[in-house]
Amino acid sequence: MADQVSHVSRHVLDNGLTVLLKEIHTAPVISWWVMYRVGSRNEPTGQTGISHWVEHMMFKGTEKFPAGVLDKAIDREGGIWNAQTSSDYTAYYETLPANKIELALQAEADRMQNALFDPDEVEAERTVIISERQGSENSPMFWLHEETRAAAFRVHPYHHQVIGDMVDLHTMTRSDLYQHYRTYYVPNNAIAVAVGDFDTADMLARIKELYGDIPSGPEIPPVTRTEPPQMGERTVRVEREGNTSYIFVGYRAPEGTHPDWFKLSLVDSILAGASAPGGDGLGNKTSRLYKTLVETELASSVGGGMYPSINPYLFSIVATVRDGRTPEEVQAALDQELERVAGGDITQDELDKAKKQAKALFAYGTESVTGQAFWLVFSENFASYTWYEQYLAHLEAVTLDDVRDAAQRYLRRSQRTVGWFIPVNAATEGDMH
Amino acid sequence: MDKHTPSFPGPNTISHYELANGIVVLVHENPHVHSVVMTGSIDAGSLFDPAEAVGLASFVASSVMRGTRRHDFSAIHEMLEGSGASLAVSGGLHTVGFGGKSLAEDLSLLLDLLAEALRYPTLPANQVERLRGEIITGLKIREQDTRFMAGKTFRELAYAPDHPYSRQTRGSVETIGQISLEQLRNYHQQHFGPKGMLLVVVGAVQAQHVLRLVEDRFGDWENPNQPAPPELPALAPFEEARRQTVVMPGKSQSDIVLGFAGPSRFADDWQAANLANSILGMFGMYGRIGAEVREKHGLAYYSYSRVDGGLGPGPWRVIAGVNPANVDQAIEAIRAELRRITTELVSQDELADNKANFVGRLPLQLETNEGIAGILLLMERYQLGLDYLHRYAELVEAVSAEEILSAAQCYLDPDCYALAVAGPEPSPGE
Repeated sequence: MADQVSHVSRHVLDNGLTVLLKEIHTAPVISWWVMYRVGSRNEPTGQTGISHWVEHMMFKGTEKFPAGVLDKAIDREGGIWNAQTSSDYTAYYETLPANKIELALQAEADRMQNALFDPDEVEAERTVIISERQGSENSPMFWLHEETRAAAFRVHPYHHQVIGDMVDLHTMTRSDLYQHYRTYYVPNNAIAVAVGDFDTADMLARIKELYGDIPSGPEIPPVTRTEPPQMGERTVRVEREGNTSYIFVGYRAPEGTHPDWFKLSLVDSILAGASAPGGDGLGNKTSRLYKTLVETELASSVGGGMYPSINPYLFSIVATVRDGRTPEEVQAALDQELERVAGGDITQDELDKAKKQAKALFAYGTESVTGQAFWLVFSENFASYTWYEQYLAHLEAVTLDDVRDAAQRYLRRSQRTVGWFIPVNAATEGDMH
Repeated sequence: MDKHTPSFPGPNTISHYELANGIVVLVHENPHVHSVVMTGSIDAGSLFDPAEAVGLASFVASSVMRGTRRHDFSAIHEMLEGSGASLAVSGGLHTVGFGGKSLAEDLSLLLDLLAEALRYPTLPANQVERLRGEIITGLKIREQDTRFMAGKTFRELAYAPDHPYSRQTRGSVETIGQISLEQLRNYHQQHFGPKGMLLVVVGAVQAQHVLRLVEDRFGDWENPNQPAPPELPALAPFEEARRQTVVMPGKSQSDIVLGFAGPSRFADDWQAANLANSILGMFGMYGRIGAEVREKHGLAYYSYSRVDGGLGPGPWRVIAGVNPANVDQAIEAIRAELRRITTELVSQDELADNKANFVGRLPLQLETNEGIAGILLLMERYQLGLDYLHRYAELVEAVSAEEILSAAQCYLDPDCYALAVAGPEPSPGE
């Protein structure tokens, strides 16, 4: 519930583990998250994809919980568990009936230090990860995104995809993976969050028992490869089998803690449809770019995205070119609209609507403990959990002049990378046998 | 740790009404949230599609939010998006479904627009043409999707051509291109009506108030022409394995769908089949198939099974995405597991684990408005009774290992199946 967004308590254990706790008693469930401050931004060339692969290995067992045991135990208790790796973090979670949460607390404490990385399991997982990348490669958007991102970031590790480059997936060793695990999976590099039906004092006491004695590790190596200034527009063409063209435009955007982030996020809502912690499920049929591209029958869909990242990232726009139209036509119409917006053509009504939409989405997002726990741990990673708590207040403070100013400063051609996916003919054949 | 042991929705907390015109309304009050969720269906799905116009029902469903007698496209979506609300209507096989969400105070807006869209859509020509192009672009994108192509081909193999389950609800580039505005308007006039309509509302609302809003907007809806859903043709006998490969140049991974026509949700052995499926390809990160194909052999990023169990004999499928070089090995591993589950009793441990999962997951499924609304809709659609959630544990516990074996034998056969593979051309030497 939105009125329960406050009442988060924050604790730092002696070993450096940050713990956030929030009681919600409307349903008998608890969500438990452990996030490590490591993702693809921490990966050197030659080890791209290592964070994600380590995430997979965390499901391959410890002495206490051999591979497969927790999969079954959590299903037996009626819970869910999973993990996600991004550019900026690797996170693990369990959501369980409240009286079963002990299982999750034990599981994460155990695999923070005792994952086995059995050599046979590492090799079996290599083919699974390669298969995961191949599955993504089946999608034209994967190729377009990978190539455009690589062009947008020449130096910073945001250059590569979370899944990693195929060549590295073939060459990384068990020793590389284990070293990565030992370096980054330490309490001083982790954030743990519980949201749901518990008593804070009891929960904190149990967390201290299970996690308090895990030794902290050496200081985490900093990410030092800052992206240099961009000197002019960059363009990319990806030509592969397919039958549909796509356009991806990425403008340099500030990091999530930058004061301009919320301003540009409202520009994104006005241009491409609302989003806020809690979702983006409102549709965007009244957005500027829908009217410019879809209602004019140039594109069949358009979307946008602002991601609150640790380092400066991209404000992105993606359009699917309508059957019978060309990317040139779509790009021209898109550019015309972006120039209008950069020139200050944004109204107070549009800004008010974007703020109202964010309020509704934010309220929806507070209705599940899993969602709330995610946003608390996610924002603590790049800023502070208060970034999430004060999200609406930050948006509210943005004025019409602010968004016009942000649009003018950030929507500059010289600061963008434009990628086109151009389909080459692919004949699909069926044969019976 | 739980201070509350809230009872699941049941006869005392679910309000159930039937309007004079046949519309059934279920309301569950959830005061712990700010929002309201609405979901439901009408009996106008693609079962009614003529063979030469497959996709017609779905096209109509997608068109009804494009303009009504009271509001044009822009006005409809301005009202929704401006309030932070959403509403969508989409075509399925048996039904046209709808779903919406808003802040609780905007429920009347959702119901107003739903009533307009279902009862008084204008299907404006320019909007229909715009939509047609969007649908065709979407269909062409799907033709490049290995997962979609394997699923589509599987349906064509598993069901006879005259069976509606062999077709694609959304139609094809050819059929969508040829459907006329008149066909769309006639379809709406004939098939959209109150008979068989279900409407579920869950959220920070009062049941009596919801009923008044629904009565005002739908109480006088009549359509004397609305036909009853057609009978499904009998399933054709299946005497040998049917296999088809779809070659898609430029792809990296192959998708496999291997399966059968499965039980409907009304089948006596539904619960046994559902447990069999869980053991086969779901429980503990994808069941026995996940353990063999993904975990033991590292052949796939995903490999699992699904039993649909809808209003008719929907598919029971094993789905896997594998490296093209591993296709045959993965198929053999899947068939070995089918052989095992159709010849051996499942162990008591597996049975106990899977039953515990079925019962234990209810608190999570019922945490949100969406979760409650989804289950209430199924309870009404399949006539499970308002006390279903209270009886559920008992129903699951009653299933024996022998009944699971018998259900598996009834629907699955390791030698006689429909198999579709979609992926890149084989490398030289393979």
